[in-house]
Amino acid sequence: MKDAKDRIKTFLSQFFGNHELQEDDDIFAAGFVNSMFAMQLILFIEKEFQVTIENEDLDLDNFRTINAIAHLLERKTTVIAAT
Amino acid sequence: MISLTSGQSENKRDSSKPIKCVVWDLDNTLWHGVLLEDEQVFLREDVVSIIKTLDSRGILQSLVSKNEYAKAMSKLEDLGLHDYFLYPQINWNTKSSSIQQIAQSINIGVDSIAFIDDQPFEREEVSFSLPDILCIDAANLEQLLEMPEMNPCFITEDAKQRRLMYLSDIKRKQEEEEFVGSSAEFLATLKMSLTIASAQEDDLQRAEELTVRTNQLNTTGYTYSYEELDYFRQSDQHKLLIASLNDKYGTYGTIGLVLVDCQVSLWTIKLLLMSCRVMSRGVGTVMLHYLMQLAQQHNVRLCAEFVANDRNRIMYITYKFAGFKEIEKTGNRVMFEHDLTHIQPYPNYMNLEIRDR
Repeated sequence: MKDAKDRIKTFLSQFFGNHELQEDDDIFAAGFVNSMFAMQLILFIEKEFQVTIENEDLDLDNFRTINAIAHLLERKTTVIAAT
Repeated sequence: MISLTSGQSENKRDSSKPIKCVVWDLDNTLWHGVLLEDEQVFLREDVVSIIKTLDSRGILQSLVSKNEYAKAMSKLEDLGLHDYFLYPQINWNTKSSSIQQIAQSINIGVDSIAFIDDQPFEREEVSFSLPDILCIDAANLEQLLEMPEMNPCFITEDAKQRRLMYLSDIKRKQEEEEFVGSSAEFLATLKMSLTIASAQEDDLQRAEELTVRTNQLNTTGYTYSYEELDYFRQSDQHKLLIASLNDKYGTYGTIGLVLVDCQVSLWTIKLLLMSCRVMSRGVGTVMLHYLMQLAQQHNVRLCAEFVANDRNRIMYITYKFAGFKEIEKTGNRVMFEHDLTHIQPYPNYMNLEIRDR
């Protein structure tokens, strides 16, 4: 999961300039959610980690921090492994 | 009905779908002669007036030409035409790939593009790769302005300024790419000002135009006629709000619309849409937050209808990330509700003006 967090962080860093993003920083705290960023984030996660983000997963709390995204990925991959 | 469609594209395109961008070839299309071979090239008769007329109708224009970029652009500058073409693609790539590049840069579907070229080979290459495109033989240019696809029902104030708005967008994008800092910091440098106002009679043509033109950033795809919109505007059981945005580069024009059905204890957002030019500005979320606050003040529930299509997932995400929850689902239709317990303050990078009656 360390690796996944790093990949998420690298993706997010393009939106956060020089600010060093911490794993539990609220990425939506600085400003409002804009549709473009939200969409880019979802598409990145789906493509990078080969998962499908279902409508039920689209809760802001699942995407608020790098840790939250990593947890979501963990849950999704365990479900796949279990079936 | 005049049909200038050539080759394979003939029966594939729905002619009622308006053209948003006309893409021109240069050699033997825009001008007579071949720039890199002939000593001189001459503009085709009436071409300037065609370009200016399309521009005044709010139809964007671009170029695809197999040519030397610098030479072609300096020729266009001499002719005083260079500013009419957005994202010109002057290179040696296939024309279909250049057109896709233009569609992507402007952020429109290829089905709303018309391509003019004198060479059957090029038209066929394009319509083979992009069957939804409208290909036009340069020999038929004199009938172009009469085609139904080139005649929008209304020409709004926004339409007349459309090209200039895109030009300032290009400037914004350049500056954004060069900007060192976070997205939020960049947005702050734009000094944006959003106005949310109840629609007035003058706004209805643009409102109708937005419902027809906007596919991607549209929550339900419901379209309403001028008369229906005029009724909603005056009805006590509806709220028809339009949003316009300005920043230091100029105006984006009217870029958002929301229609709310207002019952005694329940408000339902029937339609929320935004122009794709503002998709990274947070406008949709700000409009939703305005409605949340208002619903809270009026002590009513706030619901929103959503109809999924293959292009509007971004609006589903916008609702979900704004805190709306699905309360009902049938097929591709969803009913959302926001519990109004937690409403974020407005973002500080945008100045907000409300003119709601």
